[in-house]
Order: sequence, then structure tokens, then C-alpha cells
Amino acid sequence: MTATHYDRAPGDRSRPAELPREASSGVLVYTIGLFLAAILTATSFWAANTSLLWPPGVPLGLAALAITQIGIHLVFFLHITSGPDSTNNVLALAFGVLIVALVIAGSLWIMTNLNENMMPSSELMNLHATTNRH
Amino acid sequence: MNIAVAADHFDAESLPRASEAGPAPKRVVVAYGFWIFLLSDIVMFSALFAGYAVLMHATAGGSTGAELFNQVSVAMETACLLASSYTCGLMSLAINSQRRHATYLGAVFTFALGAAFLALEIREFASMVALGATPERSAFLSAFFTLVGCHGLHVGIGLLWLTIMMAQLAIQGFRPIVERRLLCFSLFWHALDIIWVGLFTVVYLMGVSS
Amino acid sequence: MNLLGKLDWSAIPFNQPIIMGASGFMILGVVFVLALITFKGYWPYLWREWLTSVDHKRIGVMYCVLALVMMLRGFADAIMMRAQQAVAAGGAHGYLPPEHFDQIFSAHGTIMIFFMAMPFMIGLMNFAVPLQLGVRDVAFPTLNSVSLWLTASGILLVNISLVVGEFAKTGWVAYPPLSELQFSPGVGVDYYLWALQISGIGTLMTGINFVATILKMRAPGMGYMRMPVFCWTALATNLLIVAAFPVLTATFAMLLLDRYLGFHFFTLAGQGNQMMYVSLFWVWGHPEVYILVLPAFGIFSEVISTFSGKALFGYRSMVAATMAICILSFLVWLHHFFTMGATADVNGFFGVMTMIIAVPTGVKVFNWLFTMYGGRVRFTVPVLWSLGFMVTFVIGGMTGVLMAVPPADFQVHNSLFLVAHFHNVIIGGVVFGAMAGYNYWFPKAFGFRLDERWGRASFWCWLIGFYIAFMPLYVLGLMGMTRRMQHYDNLSWQPWLVAAAVGALVILAGIVCQIVQLIVSIRTREKHRDVTGDPWNGRTLEWSTASPPPAWNFAVLPHVTERDSYWSRKRSAKANAPATPRKYEPIEMPRNSPTGFINAFFAVVTGFALIWHIWWMAALGVFGALVTILFFTFRQQEEVEISAEQLAQFDRAHHTEVAI
Repeated sequence: MTATHYDRAPGDRSRPAELPREASSGVLVYTIGLFLAAILTATSFWAANTSLLWPPGVPLGLAALAITQIGIHLVFFLHITSGPDSTNNVLALAFGVLIVALVIAGSLWIMTNLNENMMPSSELMNLHATTNRH
Repeated sequence: MNIAVAADHFDAESLPRASEAGPAPKRVVVAYGFWIFLLSDIVMFSALFAGYAVLMHATAGGSTGAELFNQVSVAMETACLLASSYTCGLMSLAINSQRRHATYLGAVFTFALGAAFLALEIREFASMVALGATPERSAFLSAFFTLVGCHGLHVGIGLLWLTIMMAQLAIQGFRPIVERRLLCFSLFWHALDIIWVGLFTVVYLMGVSS
Repeated sequence: MNLLGKLDWSAIPFNQPIIMGASGFMILGVVFVLALITFKGYWPYLWREWLTSVDHKRIGVMYCVLALVMMLRGFADAIMMRAQQAVAAGGAHGYLPPEHFDQIFSAHGTIMIFFMAMPFMIGLMNFAVPLQLGVRDVAFPTLNSVSLWLTASGILLVNISLVVGEFAKTGWVAYPPLSELQFSPGVGVDYYLWALQISGIGTLMTGINFVATILKMRAPGMGYMRMPVFCWTALATNLLIVAAFPVLTATFAMLLLDRYLGFHFFTLAGQGNQMMYVSLFWVWGHPEVYILVLPAFGIFSEVISTFSGKALFGYRSMVAATMAICILSFLVWLHHFFTMGATADVNGFFGVMTMIIAVPTGVKVFNWLFTMYGGRVRFTVPVLWSLGFMVTFVIGGMTGVLMAVPPADFQVHNSLFLVAHFHNVIIGGVVFGAMAGYNYWFPKAFGFRLDERWGRASFWCWLIGFYIAFMPLYVLGLMGMTRRMQHYDNLSWQPWLVAAAVGALVILAGIVCQIVQLIVSIRTREKHRDVTGDPWNGRTLEWSTASPPPAWNFAVLPHVTERDSYWSRKRSAKANAPATPRKYEPIEMPRNSPTGFINAFFAVVTGFALIWHIWWMAALGVFGALVTILFFTFRQQEEVEISAEQLAQFDRAHHTEVAI
């Protein structure tokens, strides 16, 4: 029965039948992950507070650093790989990322466009207040 | 053609692909289900993130993020959560090799670091409230407290869950069902750290630098 | 400090005869049913076999029962609105005061979407998907029961609002600032929000459960391209649930924070942004439309292919169209608020995306037509519903594409034209689909078919009634009548509204026919009995087991080698050849658990307490739910074993029946 190819569970480093019972080689993986994540975090904090960088570029750089760090977490902590046994996990993740991107980008696009095109409701209220006073 | 190649060939033919192998083992099904839940949870956070991004400048004349946020405190929170993610990883290694004491040790560290994160966050919230920057003050602060508070709530639930899991481990030992739940917990904990990466970048760092 | 929060005797509307009448009727009905169960001594059986059941088939049936009951409630609201609008013209003001009329249209929308259409579709998926996949249950059976009972909790809360307090007067979308505390200080919006939050958690868990089931639990050999189309549409639906419902939860949470803790997400004060609610609401709202209609598409695919005696035309294009809709449905949400004031760029983008999403739907319609072409079509009740669907849904779809053009939408936005459009697609698509599925799978669930004659009568009443009721609304929309009017002065509208009311009465006749159909079928069940388990000469695996299927569905998991595997097995098998002696192995089935039911009890307590600001009771409810779940997780035995002997015995009995 163990000959059957099953998918890998998210978060596992290997298929259920092959789970290492003794090996502690995993420590190294987690340590590398921690190390890389710490460097990226430190860079982010430095970039946000330094005056050495071109200010308009900072948010973009921060976003790039955050995305890289999320990638590090996925690979080293959640053991996401490109192997065929985790295709299902990656596909689900990709679907989630797509929805997250659509929700955030779509909302921002719609709302910014609206705020530019229309008078913000708070100013509209001020307008009401002014007209009432007259 | 040597025998090894022939055997390899035979192997690949006889093994059904994962999609045709029949119902997957329980560990895979459970972890996959939880994986889907985590994605839905992240989509929920994305709505909160969108809300925050839209309302970021709606301060209604109150304090802005740049005035309120304390970078040192945030850096400490980040360090705590990252370290707890690491100890959680070590704990799952201990679980896979069924070492009970190492598991408890990993859990204690994870819990302590998570609790430290939560304490720092509560302190930060309290100091903001003391300055009059309550969620009732402006739309920006409403969105801030909801987004960051929701993450904090998740961490709190995670701590409760970890405690319960340690009780189950003590009572029931390494039963497969307990191992599966612990796998889900570690997925949950790592996901919270991933959300925090987005959170400190968008809320704290970008809020200060812009 | 008041121990009962905002709750006192004034919460019960004693001075409103219509509400008190309806409440009295509802309470009498509930008391009658409970008394009947008690009198007949059915409680132990109900508790053991249904309320605590984690069997996906039983849960599916219970979902459908909930949906059918709520359809009656929602339809009662509909007919009251039609009656009001038919008479309240000019000097006449009808029989419903505005604040009551507002509650009725809000309740109608909420109930029909969340508590009729959703449970019906989820019920049918629950019943059919594991059977079609050739497995014994869903991935998480107890979670499934928790989901069902959380949905039931939401339903109960909405019905309590009829008697205690009020329901929202904001429409089923509850847009702020109207739904904020400042303008809706009553408990109506709170009933709406908590009922939907609680049932929403249940729906989300169903989504997770089914995604895991379909992707990880299929019979050996059933690769993705061998799955029945209904399973594909169920997969797409549940992916949409998982991706869309969290957004609704977050949006409602923001509104709740505004209402309960003075936050400023959508308020007028504090620079809140009302339009953000509208946007986030429809981020969920548009995928929701496809959550409802995709399973219906799956049902039509199964029905048409089965009763045409042909494999589905264009299986791969059907799958591709389904998955394309799944993604595209997240790219069109702004078409619900073109008039909000976005620039032409934004409106144009979402308009074009809306037109694009019509393409995969069109592909599906052609696939169904080509499946029937050249087939030997048996015009059974499910097929009638499918044909009615194809005509009606295409009309609804075309008016939808018309409204996807932003300048055209500006003319008909929020008019009865829109109301006609979405009833056209939801009744024509979802309700007809649910009815087709109900007639199609009923014999599988209970072992006897539904009466054909009454089924046909019901179909024709529904179809004709639908056209009489909703075509006038298109005209009224173009004449400028906006939706949700309790009274109007333009007398030239009245004839059309009277016609619409007549249509509603014809639909009522259709519903009565359905009830009669059910009663007649139960009374004459011996005549309609199906012992083969395959009454329609089906193609997919659910027809390969007995009707009703045993708790374990399949004693031995079927081996799948191609699409429509039961059909091909029937083709290749020598007729009536003695089945090869099977080797049975004992199997483990999940144990029944009262967790879902008890959890739902605490959910209702919590929801009710939060609505009325009874904080101690809310805390108690949450604590109770937590303890229930903890108690469940500490149990030692998750499964019961079913012996090989038991399996063999059931199979032998079934085979003997078939042979006779």
C-alpha cells in the first residue's frame, strides 16, 4: 500500500508514509529560515527609518522585502516546494493569493478613483453644515 | 539497458498518480482542509487590509500613524513572533520524532514568546488609548485597531489552542489525531507570522515612512 | 443595570395584527410539529438518526428540508409585497405600513438568498457529491453537522425576529449609513447581522469541507477529468465560498463594530467611508451569485445527460467554463454600483468584464443543447425544469448583459428592471435547478420516485407564474418605477402590478402542487418504489448503490476507469451475470455526535443575547460553545466499526431485491 503516490500534507516535509521519525536535519532548515527572515526584517526596519534612500522608492522596497520574507516563511517554515506532491497545496495557495490581490488592489483602485472623482462624504457633510448655517 | 532502468520504468507505470490513488490518508486530508481554512482566513485579513488602506488618511483631525507608532515596540513584537515561529518549527520536529519532552519544551517557548508578543501589543494599545487615540476617534484608528487587534485575537486563540493541545498530549499521548491537530496548529502559527509580516510592513513601516 | 439588556415586553409587537397573526401561525405550527413528535414518541429516533447524525446524506436531506420550509416563509413575504403594491396606488395606501413593508422586503431577500437558495444547494451537494465521488463520507463529517446546525441557528434567529423585536428595514444589503446606529437604532439590523454571521461561519466550514473532500477524497481511479460535472461545479462553488465568505464576515464585523463599539468604518462622523461597505459587500456579493448558480449548472448537466442517454457534450469545455467563471466572478463586482460615481475607466473595465463572464455561461448553454441534440430525451419532471431553465435563464442573462453597459445601467439602476433581472436568473437558474435536483435525487434518498403528474403541474404553474409575475416588472422598470416602494402615485403602473400579483398567485399554485406532490408520493410510495437503486438509467456512481444508500454508501469502493463510470460498467457487464463474489473488509464509519446540535443551541443563545445586549448571556453562550467543542475533541473513540458480515448481508439483500 505504501507504494501509492499520495500528495503531501501542507506543512509536512515529506509524504505521510515517509515522515522521518528520528532525523533532526529539519533543525537546519528552520534555522536558515529564521536567519534569512531576521535579515529581511531588519532591512525593512532600517529602510523605513533611514534617510539614505530615495523616499518615494521606500514603500516599493518595503513591499518587495515583505514579499520576499513571506516567500522565505513559506519555503522554510511551511515547506512549500515545487514538487509534484505539493501541486495541490501550491494551487490552493495561488488561488488564495490571487483573491487577496484582487480584493486589495480592486478596493484601492475603486475607492481612490471614487475619492478623486467625487467629493468625499466628509466634505459633503461640511457643505451641508455650511448651507444650514446660511 | 540495465536492470535499474527497467525497474524504474516499471515503477513509474504501476504507481497510480496521486489524483487517481483513491482517498488520501487522513493526515493529508486534515492538513489540506486546514490549509484551505488558512487561505480563507487570509482572505478575511485582506478585506481588513483593504479597509485599512482605504481609511489610512481618514484621521478626522486626530493623530496620524506617524505620530502614534513606536518603532522599537513593533520591532520587539516582530522579534518575538518570528522567534516563536522558529520554536514552533522545532516543536513540530519533536512531534514528528515523538519526543515528548522536547515537544513540551518547544511549546513552552512558543507560548512564552507568543504571550510576550501579545503583552507588548496590549501595552501599545493601552498607551495609544491613554493618548486619546481610541478607535472611536477616527476612521483611521477604527481600521487600525480592527486590523491589528484581529491579528492579536488570532494570536490569543493560538495560545489557548496550544495549551489545550499540550493537555491532550499529556492525557492521550502521540495519538495520530493529536499529531494531526498539532500539525494544524503549527500551520496556524506560521500563517500568523506571515500575516504579521504584511501587517508590520503596511501598517507600521509604510505608515511611518510616508 | 438591566439583566435583560434592551429586551422587555415592548419588543413584542402586540399592536400589529398582521405580525401577531403571522407569529401566532408560526408558533402554532412549531408547537403542533413538536407535539406530534412527542405524541408519536419519535424523539429518540430523531435524536439518534437525524439530529446527531454526521452522515452526509442525512445532513443533505435536513438542509433541503430547512430550505423548503424557508421557501414558504420567503414566499409568504413575497406575496404580501405583491398584494401591497397591487393596491397601494394613488389615494389607497394598502394594508402594510411603511416600516412593516420595509421589514418584509429585507426579510424576503435575506431569507431567499441565505436561508433558501444556499441551504438548498448545499443540501444537494451534501447528498450527491460524496456518492458521485464514490466515497463513504465527506472529509470532516462532524464539522459538516456543525455547519448544518449553525445554518439552522441563523434561520432560527431570523424567525425569532418576527415575534421578538423587528427585522432590518434596510433591504437585504443593509447599506450604511442607513444601517448604522444613527439611523437604525432598533435591533433589526442586529438580527440581520448576527443571523448572517452565525450561518456564515457554517457556510464557510461547508466550503472548506467540500474543497477538501473533492480534491482529496475520490474513489480510486477517479482523476480530475473523470469527475462528474456536478462535482466540478461543486468544487468551483466551494472554492468561491472559501474565497468570498470571509470578506462578508469582515465587512459585517466592521459594521458590527460601528454599531456596538462606536467605530467609524462607515459612519458619517469620523471620516468613515460608506461606499467602502458597498464595495466590500459586493466583493462577496457577486461571487455569491455564482455560488448559487454553479451547482444548479451541475445539476442540469447531470439531468440532461442522463435523460438524453448521452454523455455530456463538451465535458472539458464545461469544466473550463466552470473554472473560468470561478475566477472571473471576482472581477465584476463594481457592476452592482456603476452609479456610485467612479470614472468611465473603472466603470468601463467592470462593464467589459461583466460581458466577458457571460461567455463561459453561453458555452454551457450550447453544451446542454448539443447534449440533447440527437439524444433520446425522456421528458421527465427534472428535464422539464431544465428546459424551463434554459429558456428563462437566457432571457435573464441577456438583460444582465444589457445592464453591464454602464450608460444603460444608469437608466435602470435600482428600478424594477433590476428586480426582474435578478429574479429571472435566480428563479430561472437556482430555483429551477434546485427543483430539478430535488426530483432527480429524491428516489436515491428515499427509495421511491416523486409523483410525475403533480410534478408536471407544479412545473407549469411555476413557469407560467414566473413569466406573469416578472415580465411586467421589466416594463415597470423602464417606466421608471424604483424598487421597494410601499406606495406610488403613478396610476399607470397599477395594471402591471396587478398582473404581477396574479403571477405570484400562479406560483403559489405551483408551490401547493409541490406540497401535494410530496404528500401523494409518500402515500403511494409502494407504487413508486424503486428497488434497483437506478430508476433513471443513470450514468454516475450514485446510481450504482442501493436506494436509499446504506450509511457506508459503498461496501467496496468502486474502481473508476473512465468518465460516466457507472454507465460504462453497465454497458460492458454481461446482463444479469452473477456478481463476482466480493471480498468484504470491515470498515470504520464516523460516530454520530451531538456536538453540532448543542453548539447550535449555544450559538442561538449567544446571537440572541448579543442582539439584545444581554452581555452575561452572550458570555455564557460563547463559554458553552467552547466547552462543547472541547468535550468533543477529548473523546476517545471517533469511529464505529461495521463488520464485513454486516456489509455482505446488506449487499446480498440488495441484490436479491434487484433480481426480483
